[in-house]
Amino acid sequence: MTDHNDSDLPEGQYKLRLFITGSTPRSTRAIENMRRICAENLEGRYDLEVVDVYQDPEATKDLQIIATPTLVKILPEPLRRIIGDLSDRERVLAGLDIAPLGKGDHE
Amino acid sequence: MAAKRKNTDATASATRLEALRKTPTGIKGLDALTLGGLPTGRPTLLCGAAGCGKTLFAMTFLINGSTEFGEPGVLMSFEERARDLETNVASLGYDVADLVQRKQLVIDHVYIERAEIEESGEYDLEGLFVRLGHAIDSIGAKRVVLDTIEALFSGLDDSAILRAELRRLFAWLKDKGVTAIITGERGDGQLTRYGIEEYVSDCVILLDNRVEEQVTTRRLRVVKYRGSSHGTNEYPFLIDEHGISVLPITSAELGHSVSQEAVPTGVSDLDDMLGIHGFFRGSSILVSGLAGTGKSTFASSFVNAACGRGERCLYFAFEESPDQIVRNMTSVGMNLSQHVERGLLEFQAARPSLYGFEMHLARMNRDIEEFAPQVIVVDPISAFRGPSFEIHSTLVRLADICKSKGITALFTSLSTSGEQMTESERSVSSLMDTWISLKDMEANGERNRVLYLLKSRGMNHSKQLREYQLTNHGIHMVDAYVGPDGVLTGTARIAQEAREREASLSRKQATERRRREVARKRTAVERQIAELRASLETEETEVETLIEQEETRELSIGSERSEMASIRGLRS
Repeated sequence: MTDHNDSDLPEGQYKLRLFITGSTPRSTRAIENMRRICAENLEGRYDLEVVDVYQDPEATKDLQIIATPTLVKILPEPLRRIIGDLSDRERVLAGLDIAPLGKGDHE
Repeated sequence: MAAKRKNTDATASATRLEALRKTPTGIKGLDALTLGGLPTGRPTLLCGAAGCGKTLFAMTFLINGSTEFGEPGVLMSFEERARDLETNVASLGYDVADLVQRKQLVIDHVYIERAEIEESGEYDLEGLFVRLGHAIDSIGAKRVVLDTIEALFSGLDDSAILRAELRRLFAWLKDKGVTAIITGERGDGQLTRYGIEEYVSDCVILLDNRVEEQVTTRRLRVVKYRGSSHGTNEYPFLIDEHGISVLPITSAELGHSVSQEAVPTGVSDLDDMLGIHGFFRGSSILVSGLAGTGKSTFASSFVNAACGRGERCLYFAFEESPDQIVRNMTSVGMNLSQHVERGLLEFQAARPSLYGFEMHLARMNRDIEEFAPQVIVVDPISAFRGPSFEIHSTLVRLADICKSKGITALFTSLSTSGEQMTESERSVSSLMDTWISLKDMEANGERNRVLYLLKSRGMNHSKQLREYQLTNHGIHMVDAYVGPDGVLTGTARIAQEAREREASLSRKQATERRRREVARKRTAVERQIAELRASLETEETEVETLIEQEETRELSIGSERSEMASIRGLRS
């Protein structure tokens, strides 16, 4: 699942996929939350792709999606899935292995 | 059979408002006890402890669906990977890869790794729905298996969300109109670990794998079937290289038609003892006896004769291997291997301890269905150890199966010494139509075999004890000597016969002697008569001589007197 051809991504880059279901409020909320977290924490070093599983159901199989919304961190390894509308920012950052801003420690 | 069921359902629905439609599983026995299969378009819960065969069951449902009923299927596996599943069912002879290739089957492995997952905020399982929906639509699936969906609970924290989503999932499956099997692991005090039986309530089937006295028996029970009657008992089922078969033991009816035809026993002398010169076709025969009385030989004679007539025989051997039986029977002049080669005779050998009774019965039932024999032999039923009611119920069912199919069944049973009946004998005696008892008579330092017909329903039969011998050309009866001291056999019989010959000889001699004596007496008497006569004659002769002498003297005296007178001058 993680063996995508990602060699073109420079070191330290984040390859992220966000799986949502159409334009439900929860999906919209997840996209907004993710955009904000990326902008604040991963400025310039992320590649976020939003996948609508209604449009691309096959993609659910490839990345083992069961819950929606799900954010999958493909790179850097290890692979992580963060499920939910990403409203709990702390947990998103923990899942992405990024120390949250304003706090010196992990978790 | 499934098709027939469908038809009756179709006609029934015409009269009623809407009868419950059923989807056959293609699993022999299960469709019979659910009267047609699983409820069409509804989810069925299949639960049981680990190792019960849930996955195989579900998989068989899908494979049969696509191969036999033209209904493609989707397997969503939460536990095993697609490749492992393929390997697992390959042992049952299913080529899953081919079905996948032909778009008859989709296997989707849902991989949930707790360590990879972080939860942040609200979510639902729409992803799973989309995934499943996509799989269903891609091949037009009519059947779906979710195995084991409860794995979600170990992967995701929020069980409240999960429960709500599962409820929605099952409703969604119903809307989709697919017939689904949801498997679930058995939990404490409830059918499934997370209590999903609460959401899947149309049909619940429980699988069980119990070990009793070191023997494992798989059992199945239909706990619930909304809107349909169903068999409520626990039914044994088995998984082997032929797939899954469930044994419906609902055949306890006594409505089977009976035959008047006589089937020769293979022992002509025994035929003569039976009023119809054989057993009734479709009857059950018990041959009981001590070790070494030739039970298997009687069974083999029967089989040999049946195969010789071109009938098909199935021989269930529980104590000897097929090769051993074939070899041993050549010593009594039977060539069973020729029948095996012609495909008329099949041996099924298994140690009785290999399975429980139920499992044995299930296997035998399946073998009978497959081989379609006219004659079966179970050698011996006494090999089954266990509580008598279980043996009884097993054998009742086996006898019923045979009777309903018109199969003549011969059971052998090893008796323990003495008059005591063994557990298995007692439990089956009332089931048997003909009971041949083989006995050992021990006397004068030797053992001899005798046979008698304990009973034979529906025919006049010999009540005599008959001695028989296992010769190198089969079984032969000898007239047993019945004397004042009971039945004599073997050398005792021969000795008795000799004694009889002797006695008759001496009787003859006595008569002869008496005749000679009489003759002698007659001669003696005649001699006496002759003697008497002779003495009488002698006496007569003497008397006559005396008389003559007297007369002579008289004469001479007279002449002397006249002479004297003349001399004296008296002559004047």
